[in-house]
Amino acid sequence: MRPILELVGVTAGYGRIEVLHGVDLALPRGAVMALLGPNGAGKTTLLRVVSGQIRATGGHVHLGGAHVNGASADALARAGLCTIPEGRSVFPNLTVRDNLRLATYAGARAADVYGTAFDRFPRLAERAHQLAGSLSGGEQQMLAMARALATDPAVLLVDELSMGLAPLVVRELYEVVAGLAADGVSVLVVEQFADAALAVADRAAVLVHGRVVATGGPDEISDELANLYLGSVT
Amino acid sequence: MSGFIAFTVLGLVTGAGYAVAASGLVLTYSTSRVFNVAHGAIGMVMAFLCWELTVQRGLPAWLAVLLVVGVAAPLLGALAERVMMRHLAGAPEGTTLVVTVGLLIMLIGAAQAVWPATARPVEPFFGQRGFRIGTAFVTYHDLVMVAAALVVAAGLYGLLTRTRIGAAMRASVDNRDLLRLYGARTSLVSALSWAIGAALAALAGILLTPVVGLSYFDLALLVISAYAAAVVGRLRSLPLTFVGALLLGLAQSYAVGYLPPTEALSGLRAAIPALFLFAALLLSPQATLRVGQIKGVAGVPVPTTRRALVAGAVLVGAAAAASFALPAAQNDQLALGFVYGIVMLSLVPLTGYGGFVSLTQLTFVGIGAVTVARLGTASPLGLLAAAAVAALVGALVALPALRLRGLYLALSTLAFGLLMDKLVFQSSLAFGFNGSLSVPRLAGLRGERAYLLVCAAAFVVVGLGVLALRRSRYGRILLAMRDSPAGCATLGLNMRWTRVRLFALSAGIAGFAGGLLGGLRQTVAATDFQLMGSLPLLLLAVVAGVTSVSGAALGGMALMLLPVLASAFPALGGLVYLCVGVASVGLGRDPNGVVSHLFKLGRWRERDRWRPAGLAPALRGAGVHR
Repeated sequence: MRPILELVGVTAGYGRIEVLHGVDLALPRGAVMALLGPNGAGKTTLLRVVSGQIRATGGHVHLGGAHVNGASADALARAGLCTIPEGRSVFPNLTVRDNLRLATYAGARAADVYGTAFDRFPRLAERAHQLAGSLSGGEQQMLAMARALATDPAVLLVDELSMGLAPLVVRELYEVVAGLAADGVSVLVVEQFADAALAVADRAAVLVHGRVVATGGPDEISDELANLYLGSVT
Repeated sequence: MSGFIAFTVLGLVTGAGYAVAASGLVLTYSTSRVFNVAHGAIGMVMAFLCWELTVQRGLPAWLAVLLVVGVAAPLLGALAERVMMRHLAGAPEGTTLVVTVGLLIMLIGAAQAVWPATARPVEPFFGQRGFRIGTAFVTYHDLVMVAAALVVAAGLYGLLTRTRIGAAMRASVDNRDLLRLYGARTSLVSALSWAIGAALAALAGILLTPVVGLSYFDLALLVISAYAAAVVGRLRSLPLTFVGALLLGLAQSYAVGYLPPTEALSGLRAAIPALFLFAALLLSPQATLRVGQIKGVAGVPVPTTRRALVAGAVLVGAAAAASFALPAAQNDQLALGFVYGIVMLSLVPLTGYGGFVSLTQLTFVGIGAVTVARLGTASPLGLLAAAAVAALVGALVALPALRLRGLYLALSTLAFGLLMDKLVFQSSLAFGFNGSLSVPRLAGLRGERAYLLVCAAAFVVVGLGVLALRRSRYGRILLAMRDSPAGCATLGLNMRWTRVRLFALSAGIAGFAGGLLGGLRQTVAATDFQLMGSLPLLLLAVVAGVTSVSGAALGGMALMLLPVLASAFPALGGLVYLCVGVASVGLGRDPNGVVSHLFKLGRWRERDRWRPAGLAPALRGAGVHR
């Protein structure tokens, strides 16, 4: 079966600076893939290309078999691609409830969104009328994940889920990711710190200097990681 | 007592009109972070359109209002968003302000071209019919105004809090890119908020026309009243904005009712919004610094001192040559170009380096001219006095907005200009009611030729001063403050006084130019320094390039040529201003302006002349490649 997300020779960058120099990557249907790599490797840029925030300057992006180079971010989101960008991806001056209400743009019904979100994260129900900006970092990330849960996407892209969060919270969030994958959602997780992501992943890829240097099972990649990050000594 | 009730009713009704206008302003500002200076002008154009449909085309009033508020205005708002505002997302506040000033000028130009100035009496809806509450008479039109305000209040509250698109409007301020990742069509969201804002501006303009009169400027300046009301709600809170609007309406009504009707206070009614605004600014809490905003604007290269001196000498030489080649009248025109150039130079440190916008620079020019005229001296010290007085007033204007962000400062200059127009310039302290003053020329210079040279030399001296400022420590502080206020605060810079000094400096230069202008014209009147004249000045400064002395020279000459063009082709009339508006919309995004392209042309030629091949043997001879 053809992978749900496929990148072939993708190049992209900012202005005249090219960050991705021909990336090949395939995310199998229903898999959780961890995309690892050191600072500045181009992980976030890759997610931006896939989510439609920047346009690839070369190569092809296929989503669900369709060629999606240059598709707008909002169209991709409505088509079933859920992106949780780096940092706290909530609207700080809106209440928790209003944040969830906006999730319905991706096609879910409001009642379902509230129901799913508040069932999985009871803490959010307690804070439904509080401004999202006044939540703790972990609660904000829960709110972001609740959107992913409630809108039932085909593909989920998550950037640096663990950034600045307590290990316990990170574990809880990755349980949600694993649960989504069990329901058939294909997930691409970008992480700089590999362990948490590799624990739930069934595939992994390593991006260094804008190129994918290795792909494989999480165990192989885990063993190789130090060499891949630092480069082999000749 | 009966008078009191009547004034209260009038105040509440006018306040209701302001509330409609102000809520539209708050809506567009809080959902797109662009303060629309043209808000009143949109209302003005739409009020004219409504007049056209009812009086000229004979449509029933209800249909005309429905067409204008429901169709024409939203289309105009959405179009403005589509063409101009979409590219301004994340642009510095000064840039967005200038672009909406361009829209304001454009709309006034268009209105003047389509509906030439004549008296157009406008009947209120339902004529003068109405009913009595106790001793006060309330017309049905008054009732419509209050009802409109209530409907708008309820409608906006429902839209913003109960609907998904309302939540999306608020979300787009927080993070537009994220909203797109949620799947919302963000362009639709902002177009809708602009469409609603424009519709509210139109409704307010139409409702207030019987009160204000169908006038280009008075309706366009409705933005000041709306802004004054909105400041009470800190440009965010709709309920507080409504309170502010009602207070403003009442203040205006009581002022008219109870203050003695002397000549000195004749302009007071129109000046009340400005006074109200200053009071609201003084009482509003201090703005917090937003961290993490770094908005660098690449400037133009600063010439070396020697290069600037040479350029200045060439400019004075060219002026001297031109003074012999041209007849006397053209000499005066050219001198005027240089004087305008100095006014534009006053904007270079303020807007170009500091990133602050003054919407009323001509007012400071007027203060300078009045000072010289009142002193009645031909001594050069008169010019320095003009600069000093203007600088003092400039510092006073900056004070109320000292604790607030740049936007409030820019808009308080707008109110200040209105205040000076309506109260001070018309008073016996300055020009007197519809009066004019004669100004002695510097050192008794009679000839046009000599005066032209004085103006050219003055431009060069001020220009060199501005360049020296740019190279100084103070100049670096200005740039740093513009790019990252939070960064400057953590370094321990006192930004308040830096701001006041900057404003005083800019006003001082403008006042100096005012002294020169007075001497050039020899007779000056209040109409020479009106607020509305300041807006094309600001636009041309930005279009020509507000970050460089060369830009100021170019802009000054262009401003001088503008009325020449308009009088040479009277058929064009407002179209000239329309064109300036269009140009600023196109070019306003780049503060370095037209001259920066000329600079690039110069650099390209230098590169073309560069021959590295000839250099290699010379270097080898010097032993570099050994």
